[in-house]
Amino acid sequence: MAFGAFSGTATPVAVEPVARKRSKVALILLLPGILYLGLFFLVPFVQLIITSLQAPGLDIGLYVNAFKVDNYAIVIQSYGSHIARSFGYALIATILALAFSYPLAYFIGVKLRRFPLLQALGLTLVIAPFFISFLLRTFAWKQVFSDEGAVVTGLKALSLMGSGDHFTGTPAAVIFGLTYNFIPFMTLPIYTSLEKLDLRYVEAGNDLYASPTKTFLFITVPLSMPGIVSGSLLTFIPAAGDYINASGQFLGGSDTQMIGNVIEKNFLELQNYPAAAALSLILMAAILVLVGIYVKRSGTEDLI
Amino acid sequence: MAQGSFAEAGADLELVGITKRFPGFTAIEDLNLTIPAGSFFALLGPSGCGKTTTLRLVAGLEDATEGRILIGGKDVTHTKPFQRPVNTVFQSYALFPHMTILENVSFGLKRRKIADATTLAHEALRLVELDHLAQRKPQQLSGGQQQRVALARAVVNRPALLLLDEPLGALDLKLRRQMQIELKDIQSDVGLTFLHVTHDQEEAMTMADTVAVMNKGQIEQMGAPEELYELPRTSFVANFLGQSNLFTGKVISSGSNSIVVDVAGRKIEIPRERAQRHAGEVTIGVRPEKLMLHTSAPKPQSDVNIVGPGRVTDVSFSGVSTQYQVSVPGLGSMVVFAQNMVFGPVVNTGAEVWLTWNTDHGFGVADDPADGPRFTADTDTKSLAVQKREKLEAELEEA
Repeated sequence: MAFGAFSGTATPVAVEPVARKRSKVALILLLPGILYLGLFFLVPFVQLIITSLQAPGLDIGLYVNAFKVDNYAIVIQSYGSHIARSFGYALIATILALAFSYPLAYFIGVKLRRFPLLQALGLTLVIAPFFISFLLRTFAWKQVFSDEGAVVTGLKALSLMGSGDHFTGTPAAVIFGLTYNFIPFMTLPIYTSLEKLDLRYVEAGNDLYASPTKTFLFITVPLSMPGIVSGSLLTFIPAAGDYINASGQFLGGSDTQMIGNVIEKNFLELQNYPAAAALSLILMAAILVLVGIYVKRSGTEDLI
Repeated sequence: MAQGSFAEAGADLELVGITKRFPGFTAIEDLNLTIPAGSFFALLGPSGCGKTTTLRLVAGLEDATEGRILIGGKDVTHTKPFQRPVNTVFQSYALFPHMTILENVSFGLKRRKIADATTLAHEALRLVELDHLAQRKPQQLSGGQQQRVALARAVVNRPALLLLDEPLGALDLKLRRQMQIELKDIQSDVGLTFLHVTHDQEEAMTMADTVAVMNKGQIEQMGAPEELYELPRTSFVANFLGQSNLFTGKVISSGSNSIVVDVAGRKIEIPRERAQRHAGEVTIGVRPEKLMLHTSAPKPQSDVNIVGPGRVTDVSFSGVSTQYQVSVPGLGSMVVFAQNMVFGPVVNTGAEVWLTWNTDHGFGVADDPADGPRFTADTDTKSLAVQKREKLEAELEEA
């Protein structure tokens, strides 16, 4: 019997209770997470789908359950340009944030490696904006770019802007705001990748006849790809749904409304809940598809 | 270097007055070295002696503080690494983890826009017998296989000069011997100039045509392995390359063929041409395998040095030979390697023995024995401190 425990036939019998016990422990540990997801993601999500299919009721703001798929066609027809604009702005902001963040992350993660104190300082400076509410920061930029602000008056004095031009309310201002607000989200993942970059690979690249430019393209960039991908996802997804920067109260104007602004307007002002819900679901689906294609193309499936 | 073409053959490497200073310490001091084309040259030394720095200077990964580097007569001191006709097999292999083995090997060829890069890469992989793994990623290979890929990746470029930075360090003994033979074969097949950096004296001696022993940023002695072994010129070489029994004493008579040194009252004779210094206080030595053990006092002979009696303090049996530690009053501890002509050790610990050796086998070095005693245990405070410092210096060197 004592030897039986070690033989092949006896093992499954001995292991099974242990395995069952383990899976029970795992289940208990997972329970809070599952409950949380169920309560705060699944229930609202189902509610959102139901709302998006509702039909108008007896009074304004009252809707009855229905299966009105038309809602989707209607919102796409009326707000198609907003959806396109959202993704356009988000894409440009992501590219600009990447162009700005990569050198910054490279500098902090690679060049400052030998000076840990400076490295910590650099990272702190990247995170520092989070200490102030992003509404306040965006509002501050509105002040900076206002028609009476130094930037616009200066550009006007240099005749780079016409006397009747504004900067706030233009697409450029909205994209600027998006880029600015999401730079830390882009910088930190790239920093994490570059900080781990083994410089011996770079040396090996140089040794194998690759000029610094080629080494950067063939060695450094591919090795930091996980950071680039997660950084651009962390920028693109929230930027596409953002409604603060594009709002007229901040950097946007009536021509720069993004899908987030439309959803906000439909929910809070027009009380057209089905339209808002349908738009939310369209945004979600579109982001899922775009992100899926992006992750597939960049060859970093392990990330998700 | 012309784009799209290979080096015709190995090239000479010449280092002229190279000095390399890092903040706080000097890694290399006024190093002059010429390595003829087509030779297999080994730089041998303990960690932190400047050998890896020398290699990195030649590769261009480090800039010399002073001096010039010439490859095939062309001054490359101020060129970038990717412009030099040099390839390195790195200690860490540094295979690109995001590329397949084939992409790794063809990387250098593609950067130089050489036609048929893929075909040539396959050929190089066949040379190291790994062509069947061409589509794998480096992480999927064993250490020995990675090492061979690193070698293929460098050799495929037919560099005028191939630099090897302790590439066999991570391999187990058997694989290491096998790779040593393969490397040597490749070198003679391809006719490249090899510069091999190692701290393994056996590796250096079996593989290289010429060995240079480096210590504290300078070359102590350079020559064919047997020459270095049989006639070390400094006590560092005598102890780093194999083991030696060293004694210090005054020269009491100096003839035309030999000198006689008085070591703690014993007269020891060595050939005049094998001694670096012929007067005053000198350090002389003899290799442990040249010593003979006797259990009774041998008769004095004209061409034999005799010391003893001494006591055997330790016997360690290693198969082919047995190593005896003999404590001789006045001379300290001496090492004897005796071949196992009979079964097992001939004497046991505590036995009284005499040691003799042919006077022709002695040698005289140019300096005094190195700072520390030879056989200190590695665990005392002083040697720990020394090790720690050396490790720190090695790390600095790598940084």
